[in-house]
Amino acid sequence: MTAVDLPTTVPAPIARVSLMRRLVRRPVALAALIFLGLVILVALVGPFIAPYGPNEGSISDILAPPSPEHLLGADSAGRDVLSRLIYATRISVLAAALATVTSLTIGVIAGLLAGYYRGWFDNVSSWFTSLIMALPGIVVLLAARAALGPSVWLAMIIFGIILSPAYYRLVYAAVSGVRNELFIDAARVSGLSDTRIIGRHILSVVRAPIIIQSAIIAGIAIAIQSGLEFLGLGDLTLPTWGAMLNDAFINIYSAPWLMLPPSLAISLTCISLTLLANGMRDVLERTVSVRRRTRRAVTTATGSVAAVTTSLSTSGSDLLVDDLEPTASATDAAPIVHGEDEFSASKGGANLLEISGLRVGYDQSEGPDIEVVHGVSLTVRRGEIHGLVGESGSGKTQTAFAVLGVLPRGGRVTAGTISFDGLDLAGGPQQARSYRAVRGTRISYIPQEPMSNLDPSFTIGYQLVQPLRHTLGMSKKDARAKALGLLERVGIPDPQRTFDAYPFEVSGGMAQRVLIAGAVSTDPDLIIADEPTTALDVTVQAEVLDLIRDLQHERGMAVLLVTHNFGVVADLCDRVTVMQNGLFVEQGPVRTILEHPEHPYTRSLLDAILDEGPARPPWVELEGTRR
Amino acid sequence: MLVFIIKRLAAGVILLLAVSLVAFTLLYIGGGDIARRLLGENATAEVVAQKAQELGLDKPFFAQYFDWLSGAIRGDLGNSWFTSQAVAVDLSSRLPVTLSIVVGAVVLAAIVSVVLGVLAATRGGWIDAVVQFISVIGFSIPNFLIALALVIVFAINLGWFNATGYVTFATSPAGWVASVTLPIIALSLATIATVTQQIRGSVIDAMSRDYVRTLQTRGLSPRIVVLQHVLRNAGGPALAVLAVQFIGLLGGAIVIEQIFALPGIGQLTVQATTLGDIPVVMGVVMITAIIAVIVNLAIDLAQAALNPKVRLS
Repeated sequence: MTAVDLPTTVPAPIARVSLMRRLVRRPVALAALIFLGLVILVALVGPFIAPYGPNEGSISDILAPPSPEHLLGADSAGRDVLSRLIYATRISVLAAALATVTSLTIGVIAGLLAGYYRGWFDNVSSWFTSLIMALPGIVVLLAARAALGPSVWLAMIIFGIILSPAYYRLVYAAVSGVRNELFIDAARVSGLSDTRIIGRHILSVVRAPIIIQSAIIAGIAIAIQSGLEFLGLGDLTLPTWGAMLNDAFINIYSAPWLMLPPSLAISLTCISLTLLANGMRDVLERTVSVRRRTRRAVTTATGSVAAVTTSLSTSGSDLLVDDLEPTASATDAAPIVHGEDEFSASKGGANLLEISGLRVGYDQSEGPDIEVVHGVSLTVRRGEIHGLVGESGSGKTQTAFAVLGVLPRGGRVTAGTISFDGLDLAGGPQQARSYRAVRGTRISYIPQEPMSNLDPSFTIGYQLVQPLRHTLGMSKKDARAKALGLLERVGIPDPQRTFDAYPFEVSGGMAQRVLIAGAVSTDPDLIIADEPTTALDVTVQAEVLDLIRDLQHERGMAVLLVTHNFGVVADLCDRVTVMQNGLFVEQGPVRTILEHPEHPYTRSLLDAILDEGPARPPWVELEGTRR
Repeated sequence: MLVFIIKRLAAGVILLLAVSLVAFTLLYIGGGDIARRLLGENATAEVVAQKAQELGLDKPFFAQYFDWLSGAIRGDLGNSWFTSQAVAVDLSSRLPVTLSIVVGAVVLAAIVSVVLGVLAATRGGWIDAVVQFISVIGFSIPNFLIALALVIVFAINLGWFNATGYVTFATSPAGWVASVTLPIIALSLATIATVTQQIRGSVIDAMSRDYVRTLQTRGLSPRIVVLQHVLRNAGGPALAVLAVQFIGLLGGAIVIEQIFALPGIGQLTVQATTLGDIPVVMGVVMITAIIAVIVNLAIDLAQAALNPKVRLS
């Protein structure tokens, strides 16, 4: 897992340097940057390049169309539109900067203080925030204008205050998140002052989102400022884009071309700021998404999925090295397949599920697909329990998802066949129809993590009844009766109460029983159980395993049991497939695998289990015979 | 649940009191010598003093505030300083106009956003590209520019709609629809952009949840999984964004009404702002805050209906 954790510690300075470089490589972001640079340049040198003064007009030029003398024409007071546009650029840039700096200063300082020190400051700030949020910004600006008179700068300072909660929330959330991290504690213990901790550790976390937010805020400021001017509520002595638009709107019938320059100036500036913000977010979000995915993957411990998503989003460099090395050596050796023994031969009937040469790959935006399962073959017979064993990341869950047709986005079966009772499930135009015919009715699924596999917005009863009605077409009443019966069968003490409860109102063990009830509710031929006990308490684990065994016995179902635990294998399985790094390395009857493992990987797995704690009964006799 | 509603209502009332106090302070004290400003530089000191007395501006600040507040509680928001019309009457006659376009924009945005957001999240490809494009346009271009473009294309060039004016629903339902269509479209585009992005994001997030996979393995069709389970779980964040948008649209309506010459609150506000008609401005602030409180309460109730965790806690 260390390899997976690596991307979280990307040093911030490096991220910033490459932000600019990576932005420039994106054509859209580059265009936005160039345009904004141009706007700022015009704002700086405007007065020197403008052909006329901003308020210099002559009666003879009133509403003059574009000509060599007035490149963009003249407005209703005979003033040169190009010159006014140039002068107005300076005011718009300054106004946007003023609003952004004001809200940045207030929001960041308040967010840092409230997030770091909490207490009364926290309360006051959040109260102030909700007060500001209760009124639309423009209403506040108009009220201020009514009381204080027209001033672009005053309006922008007030607007900056109104927008400050955007920064405040950002910084507050980041600080609250970081505040209790171990490295902050370490910094505090090592005697760093609060100011230094805030400055060095916390600001570096929020810097990137603040830059993105600033681009957005500057755009909003330009929009609202020109909106106010357009309404005629601004300072009429100043040339502004909004005031020009106002003049143009009044003369829309007589001089429609006047609309164009200010409209384009406003929209292109605002679009550029948005595109720049989007570009920065795209560049920065890569690291962010890796963090998020990694965390989730670690908590659910579906190592294989974690490996896939992380390698996908970090272009997989560090992980692939890890993955490929053993794969290469394992590819050389053919999988070891043991013959039947008397127990496994007598157990089970005809082949129900046949997987042969299965390969699973994930699309990648750049470069070739990443393959996570490299050719797995196994068969599950009617009525047998087949164990699929391997460490996290070995591809066993990916194999299970491939059989169920629920690979995560971007994943697909790239080669090989999956045949269920004669139906081809892997690829082909018939795939969707095949799945409709079997999924939920003949093949079902018991997941690993009970709590996250029930929809929190619906009652448990609904989630049991709904599939019965849809797949078997049962009436509401029958489905309900069946669901209650199943809940009782899986050992839930008060079925009616659980039926009416929401998933978050029951314990993990109960939720897993609910999921088992759901899986067997349609009397399937095959159940795919993905680590069904890993997330449960040790005491509950044994009960759930017993339940699965009893139900399997009672209904004669086949089970493909995905697990990393050889104890569970010894307890339940008839035959076993061992997987490592997306390949299957050894396969055979459970006794053979446990007693005479041939592949070194299988041996190391068995060794690892014995170290874990008290051995289950079959292991005691294995102890002497094993090596 | 009842406790929850009462709590939210109480918080709303406190918020309204706070807004009224802050607004009153800023408007009446921030403005300096109001009577002088109303009468102009040439008025004599006596006339100014008389005016101040007439408007009650000579009383101590808190006495003025409590006069206003006790009136406001009875539904009397004072009279305009310029037209002498009762502010409450003026507001209530204009409110339906503003609400028609704001509510219309919210409803339109909600429908379009759900459709586009879900399609972008589940189909991807070119639909997603189109949605991203609409989002950038809708998010960045100010609504008054969109409104101007709509007026030029659909009212002036194509002549499909009247460029300006308002027809009440009671007079002619068809005329009403024709008069609010362009304003609603102009107003809703930014909201569509924002809410679509939110729905797209939360649908993608909800789709990656474990329970979605499990529901698929139970044999439910993708349509049912998305429309019932994914959408319901994605709805909470989208509703929260819609609430913020609603309040923002009240502000946006001010500008839009001006362009389409709709006799709504916005028009009144712009007039009052230009003239410095403080009682009217104060009334507008309060009516906006009241709508905001009601909208937030409604959204909270909708959240509770959608999410059992909220409902049961």
